[in-house]
Amino acid sequence: MEKSEAQKKKVEYSPEDQKRIQKAGVFSIIPGLGQFYNKQYFKGALFLALFLLFAIEMVLFGFNAFENLFTLGSIPREDHSLFLMIQGTLQILVTLIFIVFYAANISDARRIAALKALTPEKVSYSIKNTLLNTWNHGFAYLLTIPAYILMIFTIVFPVLVTIFIAFTNYDFYHIPPATLIDWTGFENFAAIFTLSTYRDSFGAVFGWTVIWTLSATTLQIIIGIFAAIVMHQPFIKFKRIFGVILLLPWAVPAFITILSFSNMFNDSAGAINTQVIPLINSLPFIDIPAISWKTDPFWTKIAIISIQGWLGFPYIYVLTSGILQSIPDDWYEASIIDGASILQKFRYITLPQIFAVAAPVFITQYTFNFNNFSMIYLFNEGGPGSVGSGAGATDILISWIYKLTTGTSPQYNIASAITLIISAIVICVSLLVFKRTRAFEMED
Amino acid sequence: MQNTKKVKTQKNQRIWGKIFTYLFLLFMSVIIIYPLLITVTSAFKPGNLLAFRLDFDFEWTMNNFRRLFDETQYGQWYMNTLKVAVMAMLIQVAAVTLSGFAYSRYRFTGRKVTLKFFLIIQMVPTTAALTAFYVMALLVGGLDQHWFLILVYIGGGIPMNTWLMKGYFDTVPIDLDESARLDGAGHFRIFWQIIMPLVRPMIAVQALWAFMNPFGEFMLARFLLRSTENYTVAIGLQTFINNPQNQQVALFSAGAILIAVPISILFFYLQKSFVTGLTKGGTKG
Repeated sequence: MEKSEAQKKKVEYSPEDQKRIQKAGVFSIIPGLGQFYNKQYFKGALFLALFLLFAIEMVLFGFNAFENLFTLGSIPREDHSLFLMIQGTLQILVTLIFIVFYAANISDARRIAALKALTPEKVSYSIKNTLLNTWNHGFAYLLTIPAYILMIFTIVFPVLVTIFIAFTNYDFYHIPPATLIDWTGFENFAAIFTLSTYRDSFGAVFGWTVIWTLSATTLQIIIGIFAAIVMHQPFIKFKRIFGVILLLPWAVPAFITILSFSNMFNDSAGAINTQVIPLINSLPFIDIPAISWKTDPFWTKIAIISIQGWLGFPYIYVLTSGILQSIPDDWYEASIIDGASILQKFRYITLPQIFAVAAPVFITQYTFNFNNFSMIYLFNEGGPGSVGSGAGATDILISWIYKLTTGTSPQYNIASAITLIISAIVICVSLLVFKRTRAFEMED
Repeated sequence: MQNTKKVKTQKNQRIWGKIFTYLFLLFMSVIIIYPLLITVTSAFKPGNLLAFRLDFDFEWTMNNFRRLFDETQYGQWYMNTLKVAVMAMLIQVAAVTLSGFAYSRYRFTGRKVTLKFFLIIQMVPTTAALTAFYVMALLVGGLDQHWFLILVYIGGGIPMNTWLMKGYFDTVPIDLDESARLDGAGHFRIFWQIIMPLVRPMIAVQALWAFMNPFGEFMLARFLLRSTENYTVAIGLQTFINNPQNQQVALFSAGAILIAVPISILFFYLQKSFVTGLTKGGTKG
């Protein structure tokens, strides 16, 4: 009781001080004035200058840019719709940054006014002190600035542009500057889900993407865990050699192995049909004909999934090995005394431990394969055959986007719309799982 | 009597377990080594062969490697890739180390929100924003330019790696900072002289990842680099075999070896810190 009263006293300002804090905030409606009111002239001048700079920028370019973003130009060949869109996007970013600055400016004026009321000696007035103060309190921001600048231009900006393009008619009929681009609302999304050509190919590609993601990732997780458990047995000789061999698929760059496999699975000249199958056939009672790996969609899919199992298991294997080593031996000893079988030990001790630690990593593997362009495109360029709208029988969404963007008649708008759909799916699934596991909790 | 029987079945079980274990490991080894060995031997085969299979009955030759540098632009592609990889590595590691340190050591306004933002944005498949990159490249003249590709590579890696880096910094006790501060060390000194030496393994891992990425990344490079002399090795090598009428399997294999061997050596050299970095940084969140 006493304590809470004392705390209350601590934040209670005299009416005059409260008025001052209020006033500092009100003055800050024009950035810098609040700081002037606090007698921090250097900071005030700086803030005011920044504000004026933004105001001038807004008058000279800003309003125009927003208007152009809205219309995307009106005169073909003179107005380049894409450039107008990008300038508009840039202006949005600049404005957002200004809004953050503006909020910071008001809270700074109020904070300093409050500080003055309580501990006036802590307020810095001179240029030197202000800079020193900024260095001490803003060091963290200073450290993150490079990362943020890079991210704004390579992630935030492209994401915004993608969102915009998904709502336009930017395709091979509308290539600026010869023609203008227009906003079309949800037409692209409607086309994907209702127009028979797109709907069927989208359904086919999406279905295979899901099957591919689930089966390939699950396969690599099963092989990885199994290999880790086998290697964890204490009696194994040549452990180092086997360890190195099991890591090889991870060590060699994936695109090389995928291209090599693509050669190996060549229908007429590849090793699988000319060497492996004959070898298996030399066993009694077995007679397998040559398989058309590259021309029959079913067999291409089988091949792709198996190869991804080969490529992806070492990562899981390494992770699981680490976890197995961290499980205390006495857990197993205790379970043996209780009469647990090998399977029970695995089911009730090993597996829960693995999942408790590695579940987030498993999820990243699923999302990775969902967008595993290299595997699909390098093995057979998404072929064989076609399921319409430029998509081959083994194309997943991301390789379909690639084809829609790079083909002879590019459909940038549809590609962008599909990109948005993919992103939404990936984010939703990951968020759900991350929420369930503990990855989202932070220590403070 | 019963007891010896039990011991016997247990012994039997153990022997079968061993047999099965070694069979499995042998099987895995064969499956892993077979394709790699085919690629390696093909690099030394003479002529424009078509068959891609394992045999040792041929005249070994270094001719393919000579042709690679004399008749194709492989050397140029290799240099391009090295350039892109080194630049991307330096800038990304610097940016990620700084921001990871900030997120681990300082409590600033907006820290939690931006950390969550990193986790979410990291899930967005930015490579899928092909059209956006294309339009941006058009505007700034970045099409067919390495610097643009470098920027795109760096940006894509920042959120995830900041997260991992922060996790690793978190494992370094904060008492170290505090005692250094008491001794009068400034922000920069604490970062550079006290903490940095302790996170070197993670920095090595980050550097390796950033360095290896351009060697394997295919989609963006293929899309953004238009002229053959600007290709990276990944796209260049694919041109050897993507034409079904004129597959140059031997040339491809020779080129593949020259990439795979140094990368694998780097990988195994850094593998230890690799794994600890992964588990330490990844699980601590």
